[in-house]
Amino acid sequence: MVIEASRSNKNYWSDLWKYRELFFFLAWRDILVRYKQTVIGLAWSLIRPFLTMIIFTIIFGRLANLPSGGMPYAIMVYAGMLPWQFFSTSFNDSSNSLITNSNMLTKIYFPRMIVPASTVIVNFIDFLISFALFIGLMLWYHYVPSWTILTLPLFFVWVVLISMGTGFYVAAVNVKYRDFKYIVPFVVQFGLYISPVGFSSNVIPDKWRLLYSANPIASIIDGFRWAITGDTHFIYLPGLFLSMVITLLFLLFGTLYFRRMERVFADLV
Amino acid sequence: MPTWFERIIKIIFFKKCNYLMSVVIKSEHLSKKYIISHQQREKYVTLRDVIAKKAKSFFQSQGQLNNASPHHIAKREEFWALNDISFKIDQGDRVGIIGRNGAGKSTLLKVLSRITEPTKGKIQIKGRISCLLEVGTGFHPELTGRENIYLNGAILGMHRAEIKRKFDEIVDFSGVEKFLDTPVKRYSSGMYVRLAFAVAAHLESEILIVDEVLAVGDAEFQRKCLGKMQDVSQQEGRTVLFVSHNMQAITNLCSRVILLNKGTIIQDDAPSKVIRDYVMFETSNDGSVFWEENSAPGDATIKLLAIRILDEKNNIQNHFFSKSKIRIQFDLHINEVNDDLVIGFDITDEEGVVILRTYHNDSKQEEWPALKKGNNIIYCEIPGEFLNVGTYYISPKISLHCKKWILNADPLLSFDVELNHGVSPFWNVLNKTNRPGSLALIIPWKNQTEIFN
Repeated sequence: MVIEASRSNKNYWSDLWKYRELFFFLAWRDILVRYKQTVIGLAWSLIRPFLTMIIFTIIFGRLANLPSGGMPYAIMVYAGMLPWQFFSTSFNDSSNSLITNSNMLTKIYFPRMIVPASTVIVNFIDFLISFALFIGLMLWYHYVPSWTILTLPLFFVWVVLISMGTGFYVAAVNVKYRDFKYIVPFVVQFGLYISPVGFSSNVIPDKWRLLYSANPIASIIDGFRWAITGDTHFIYLPGLFLSMVITLLFLLFGTLYFRRMERVFADLV
Repeated sequence: MPTWFERIIKIIFFKKCNYLMSVVIKSEHLSKKYIISHQQREKYVTLRDVIAKKAKSFFQSQGQLNNASPHHIAKREEFWALNDISFKIDQGDRVGIIGRNGAGKSTLLKVLSRITEPTKGKIQIKGRISCLLEVGTGFHPELTGRENIYLNGAILGMHRAEIKRKFDEIVDFSGVEKFLDTPVKRYSSGMYVRLAFAVAAHLESEILIVDEVLAVGDAEFQRKCLGKMQDVSQQEGRTVLFVSHNMQAITNLCSRVILLNKGTIIQDDAPSKVIRDYVMFETSNDGSVFWEENSAPGDATIKLLAIRILDEKNNIQNHFFSKSKIRIQFDLHINEVNDDLVIGFDITDEEGVVILRTYHNDSKQEEWPALKKGNNIIYCEIPGEFLNVGTYYISPKISLHCKKWILNADPLLSFDVELNHGVSPFWNVLNKTNRPGSLALIIPWKNQTEIFN
């Protein structure tokens, strides 16, 4: 093995594979710690989406009377909230992940990407719990999903990719500029309003639809809704492709930026 | 026939030796630069500052050309933590690395262990390397001992199967089996360190890098750790790099010592020689050391401003007669009084062997010097008729008891002792060759034969 100045480590990706267990151990630690010494613990993953769903259904469905596209409004909101919740918590957690694990960064070598990536795994557990609630909700409404629900894992992979891409980027930026952590909650809140979580993206006028899809989360939410209902009018294909390209760009630049910054993490943290 | 046979054996053996003695770490012109920015007080850059600075320089360059704040550049200072370091380490070597605080020891270890990247130069490493810059990295206080063993093992690069296989051995070494299912936040600091070291000691890497982990834990456990490290290198042929301020541990463990100063290698030789030179040349022998407040050793809560060696008339002195008391005085600035604060020093001899360690709260509680916020001057007196002839060294030690070191320095100043106590003609002509040892206590003898008869 050769360590040389400013030359990227050739073994990086094989190291990442070698340290794959650490990836799960970190996730496992975070999950264990979260549920030890908490009263609500598990319930929190249920209460949060459930209450948000109720509020959104009342505000957008009842008060604003927005269309739901033939399904119960609550189910539509919840289908949008699943990917949004996953993305926003991953984004938030990975932005802080390197700082909270700073003692590890300065004392031990391992591919740093594991840290933000493992927070995404942790959120996967939350996602599963929220999904269980979603199944309950469908039973309550006697709603039978379409066969297209089988494509849901694909859209889930998509939201994982965008979460990682943006997560790598904010995690690295946050190490360098510590006040970035004040920006993150704002971005998350802002994102909630510009993404079609509480409403269907069909309320967006058609001429703005492509621009609207520059936000990949919008297309992912559309995809989730399509997968559940099988109703094609949720999908806007040009927007879908644009979102995919943007997601891949995020992933590429997030990864590259992370790799470039990674060398100096230990000196900055 | 036998000669042929012998020859083949020799060739095989020689080859094997060659293989065993191969170079495992080769460093060429290794340098590491840090930029110290005097401009900002905060430890980290904020986006706000960057934007403000960019905007400022933008407007400045609009107004006056070529005035892109020259003082801005002047305030950024380059600091070479490592400067052109080249060395080779063979397999099975036990190399000690010593030097003052800030000499570049930790930076060297960090570069070797890939935590940070060198600015220049190249290192070639053969084999798996694992480093213990701190024991218990990644330990989580909420998790149990068992869970932490797995977590810490994974962080150190062990596989699950490997940890599982060694689990019993680790638990056995640490001696905490009763508390395996207790969260480690309930552990005593000794247990915590023992468990952490136990995990680290069972790593299967070819090269082990250790930084001062032995500075904590009780004496028995320290011996156990040293023994383990000796086993690791001698019996298993693994290479150990060991940074410590404990000269005795270095002497016991290492086969070779590298002395660093200001980022360069000063000496690379046998332990006894390097340690003797280090202790001799690196200490102040005028009886006192002073620091400026911003460069004083310590942390945010306590700073050591000066150490003085004083005689009975309160004059700074470095030469004493054994009859007189020696006063060691610390000037401290305390920002935060902590009940766990322990201040003291080691007295070592020329070989680096510690003769004694004393702390300000060793005595009865009523006799402890009260520490208050602000400047404190505390002292103790080494009694007369106690030390033998020779040169002695003072290494200040400040810590939060059993929690962490605030200052764990190498010898900083020295004093000589000349013998003038004792009236016996047999005692009077003493020098160190005819009366070995560091202590020169006169111990009375008696004859009890009559009582038994």
